[in-house]
Amino acid sequence: MTISRRKLITSGLAAAAVGVTGLAAADRIARRHGLIPPDCGGVFGPGETLTYAAQRLITRHSLAREFPRSKISEKPFANALAPPNDTFKKLQAGGFADWRLVVDGMVNHPLSLSLADLHQMPTHSQITEVVCEEGWSYVAEWIGTPLYNVLNETGLHPETRYIVYRTIEPNLWGSIDMADAFHPQTLLTQGMNNGDLPVGFGGPLRLRLPRQLGYKSLKFVTQITATDSMKKFGKGLGSVDPEYGYSWYAGI
Amino acid sequence: MQTPRHSAIVRVTHWLTVIAFLALLVTGLELVISHPRFYWGETGNVNMRPLFSLPLPTSRDTINNGYGSSMPDQNGWSRYLHFESAWVLVLTGAFYGIISLLNGHFRRDLVPEPGQRTLRAHFQRIAQYLRRKPPSTDESSTYNVLQRSSYILVIFVLFPFVILTGLALSPSFNSAFPFFVDVLGGRQSARTLHFFVTWALVIFLVVHVAMIALSGFWTRTRAMITGRVAAIPTEERP
Repeated sequence: MTISRRKLITSGLAAAAVGVTGLAAADRIARRHGLIPPDCGGVFGPGETLTYAAQRLITRHSLAREFPRSKISEKPFANALAPPNDTFKKLQAGGFADWRLVVDGMVNHPLSLSLADLHQMPTHSQITEVVCEEGWSYVAEWIGTPLYNVLNETGLHPETRYIVYRTIEPNLWGSIDMADAFHPQTLLTQGMNNGDLPVGFGGPLRLRLPRQLGYKSLKFVTQITATDSMKKFGKGLGSVDPEYGYSWYAGI
Repeated sequence: MQTPRHSAIVRVTHWLTVIAFLALLVTGLELVISHPRFYWGETGNVNMRPLFSLPLPTSRDTINNGYGSSMPDQNGWSRYLHFESAWVLVLTGAFYGIISLLNGHFRRDLVPEPGQRTLRAHFQRIAQYLRRKPPSTDESSTYNVLQRSSYILVIFVLFPFVILTGLALSPSFNSAFPFFVDVLGGRQSARTLHFFVTWALVIFLVVHVAMIALSGFWTRTRAMITGRVAAIPTEERP
C-alpha cells in the first residue's frame, strides 16, 4: 500500500486538529464537573488528572470499608512526631481547654469552636484502616463529628469548591474537594478505640479521611477555610504535599 | 528476502508496554525500600510480625532492620510516575486487547495451533531448544507453541493480576469495589501478591530477552521496530 506524502501530511494535520479540539473540549467539560486536581501541571499532570477524574466519576459517594471490632489492631503504629512547637505545648499544659477550631473563608457565619463545642455535635464512630503511603497499615476505631456537621452550621457560599485545613504547624496544611468534605466518613476525630485520641495519633483533633492515604489525615487541626480556588494558598497546588513532590489527591 | 512479521499495532503497543513496565518496575522497587517488609492479611506494620522481610537499606527510619535508613526518599515522584505509567499500561493493554480480539490476532497468532494444544508439544519444543536445533523456517513468520503459551500467560493472567492487585492497594478503589481486596485476603495480602506477580513478570522479561539474544538480538529487535524481518542469517542461528 502506498500513501502519497501530501495525503499523509493532510490527514496527519486533520488528525492533529481533531485531537487538539477534542482535548480542549474534554478539558472544558472536566473543569466544569470538577475533575481536574490542583496539581494537574507538569509531566505527571496527565496521570494524576486521569486518576482523580476516574475516582470522582466512579467513587464519589462510595464508603471506605469498615471492619468488625475484632479486626482492630492490637498495636497500632504511630509515626514519630516532630517535637511539638511552643503553642502546642502551652495548649497541652492546659489540657487542650483553649484549643480552637476556627472556621472561616467563604462562609456566612465564621465560627470558633472549642473541643467541647465539637463534642456537643452529633458524633459518629467508624472502624477503618489507616493506610500509609510507605505500605504499612492498621485498623482502629475513630470517633468524632463528621466535617459536614460543622460546614452545615457555617452556611457555605455556593461557589465553594475546596475546604482547606490547617494545623498547629504553620507549614502543614491540606485541602479536599466538596465530595470528600461532605463525605459521611470524613471525621473531625477526637476519640480512638473508646478513649481520647492520643497526641501520637493526632490528638486532640485530627481530620480522618479513610478513602485516602494517611498523609491526607492531618494531625492537630486548628482551622477550616472554605474557598473557591486553591490558587491563593501556598504555591497553588492544593496542599503542602505537592510542594514536596507528593500528590494532592491521595485516594490513588 | 523481507517477510512481514509484526503488525503496526503489535509493535507500538509492545514498546509502550516496555516503557510503562520498566517505569513501573523501577518506581515500584523504589517504593518497596520505604517499607521492605511484607505481611499476610488485612493489616501490617512494624509492630506486627512480617511474612518476610527483605534485607535492604531503607529510605525511612520507621524500619529498624539493621541495614540503616541510608537511601534517599524518592517516594514522591516515584508514586506519581508509578500511577501515570500504570495508566499507560492499562490503556495500551485495553487498546491492544480490543483490536486483537476484533482483527483475529489472538486467534491466529497466539492460541496454539490445533495440533499443538498438548503438554507433549510444549515439551518437544523445549527439547528442541535444549538440543540447540535451529528453528524451522516458518518460525521467522509465526510464533512457536512455547511462545504462544507464554505470551497468553503474560497477557491474560500475569498482567491482569498485577493490575488487580495494584488496584486493591488504592483505598478509594477499595471503597467502591471491596470485593477485589477482600477476595485477595486483605490489603497486605494484595501488596505481597503484587510484589510476587511483579517478579513473575520480571522472570518472563529475562527469559524473553535471553531467547531474543540467542536467536539473533538485532534481527529480532529490528523486526519489532520495523515490522519486517530478513530470513534469519545462518551465523546468528543458535
